Amino acid sequence: MEAASIHNEGGASPFKRASRAIGDKLLPIFAGLAILYMLIPIVVIAVFSFNDPQGRYNFEWVGFTTEHWANAFGIPELTSSLVTSLQLAAVATVISAVLGTMIAIALVRYEFYGRKPTNFLIVIPLATPEVVIGAGLLSMFISFSFPLGFVTLLIAHVMFCISFVVVVVRSRLIGFDRSLEEAARDLGATPAQTFRLVTLPLIAPGIISGSLLAFALLIDDFVISNFNSGTTVTFPLYIFGASQRGIPVEVNVIATILILVALAAMAIVLWQQYRADKMAKVEPEPDPMQEHPRESRKHAVTKQTP
Amino acid sequence: MSGGRRALPYLLLFPGLLWLVVFFVIPLVYMGELSLRTGSLTEGFFFNWQFSNYSDVLSDYSQQFLRSFIYAGVATLLALLIAYPLSYAISFRGGKYRNLLLFLVVAPFFTTYLIRTIAWQTILTDQSPLVEFLASIGLTSNGRILDTPASVIAGLTYNFLPFMILPLYTSIDTLDRRLIEAAKDLYASSKTAFLKVTLPLTAPGIVAGTLLTFIPASGDYVNAYFLGGRNQAMIGNVIQSNYLVTSNYPAAAALAFILMLIILLLVVIYIRFAGSEALMGDEASTT
Repeated sequence: MEAASIHNEGGASPFKRASRAIGDKLLPIFAGLAILYMLIPIVVIAVFSFNDPQGRYNFEWVGFTTEHWANAFGIPELTSSLVTSLQLAAVATVISAVLGTMIAIALVRYEFYGRKPTNFLIVIPLATPEVVIGAGLLSMFISFSFPLGFVTLLIAHVMFCISFVVVVVRSRLIGFDRSLEEAARDLGATPAQTFRLVTLPLIAPGIISGSLLAFALLIDDFVISNFNSGTTVTFPLYIFGASQRGIPVEVNVIATILILVALAAMAIVLWQQYRADKMAKVEPEPDPMQEHPRESRKHAVTKQTP
Repeated sequence: MSGGRRALPYLLLFPGLLWLVVFFVIPLVYMGELSLRTGSLTEGFFFNWQFSNYSDVLSDYSQQFLRSFIYAGVATLLALLIAYPLSYAISFRGGKYRNLLLFLVVAPFFTTYLIRTIAWQTILTDQSPLVEFLASIGLTSNGRILDTPASVIAGLTYNFLPFMILPLYTSIDTLDRRLIEAAKDLYASSKTAFLKVTLPLTAPGIVAGTLLTFIPASGDYVNAYFLGGRNQAMIGNVIQSNYLVTSNYPAAAALAFILMLIILLLVVIYIRFAGSEALMGDEASTT
């Protein structure tokens, strides 16, 4: 980019040069403001977890206390809703990860009739508002007088997540090197051994990222759960119920803990990526076409993948 | 052996697709059936092809339908205007901090959706410093932000922003930079290079991002519930209260069906207009 701008500036008027300088600064400033905008609500949540509100509503800053952090799991309904959410998300993630991965493997690795309708069936839940998914399921459960509760929530959660898992795992499977499987077969591995020892370890990162996305979506789901929960209370449903009579500060504490856990998990992923990048840099990558080190590394990486 | 191999993909597909058919497609059939019933909760609802349910809810709730699509449209546009420069800046200027910056951008979305929305309630509440500042420069109607269209649209924009950022970032980051350099070498100005090279090549990201933002936003009822008060109900709120509060199932089912059909129609038109690669993502895998 630098080379290109030098090249253009030759004939530019001073006015143009000044406006370009402002333009160059404007983009990072805008990005900084946008990131600030994204982060403000979590700062508010964390700060208000130390608030000491007098009434039932935690909207105005009154005073500092760590009392609610000490009492984080001291509200039985809140704690049990959190446990329900975690159980539900864990079971639903496992089921949708298995079903979704199987579909993704079929889509990427095999030729078969009915690919178009299959794709359509995968995409259509993603293009349907959650309120319609929730209402549809509730309509069916009402027609059968099926009791609402943990089971209906599980059914709804798995249904909602399969498509997301398929999309993520499929995108990871596309770059998969099939010659490794052939090599295993040539060396006398049975199909089962090949799958267990070669295929599965190679597609594991895709399955893990698909499962993480599913888990994050499920622990957070409110709309579909709202329709199909009956008397079962998940963490988001507890918050919704509590919002009418004033949300306890402990909710802010737990929300802050959840963010910290997610931040730690992401930090580990980023750090591993950073280490992998560092290792990739050790190999020499002579590329005379490239003048810019960062971009040349990027192109080198894309060149290796096919 | 070859017979077994031919059956294998179907065996892999079967359980997952069965789940989707039984718990997504068939429920929609039941929802359609429910929408054509008549009766009351105490006497029961009976199926008698009551098509007037549809015309009734359309005339009763046309305002909420219109409001939903306008709010979702404005929120999608705002999200695009925020997300494009942000994704561009992270990808082109982020350097080795690109992953860290992208991570900072999506970090807020690890908290529960409801808590994020309630945090905005705290930020936009009447005596908050932000609202008092906006009121002092005359940007509020009678000193309030909460319970106005502005607060609902702000909430929608914020809550669905990652659905815009992630596809946009992916398409901007995988763009071949050499094409931009080539355009500039051929004496295109920065503006021309952006309009003729960058923008068309990142169009799939724009299409995917706008769809992924608009669809959930138009069916949302959480933002209108917490930030909109009584007079900003969207169609999601009407569906939710008819199903779960007043148990007026036929009307609620009719509304949900209309919402789904309108969105499907909009998506089909939009994809015809903009190309389908972004949403289906399958062209790459069939090769």
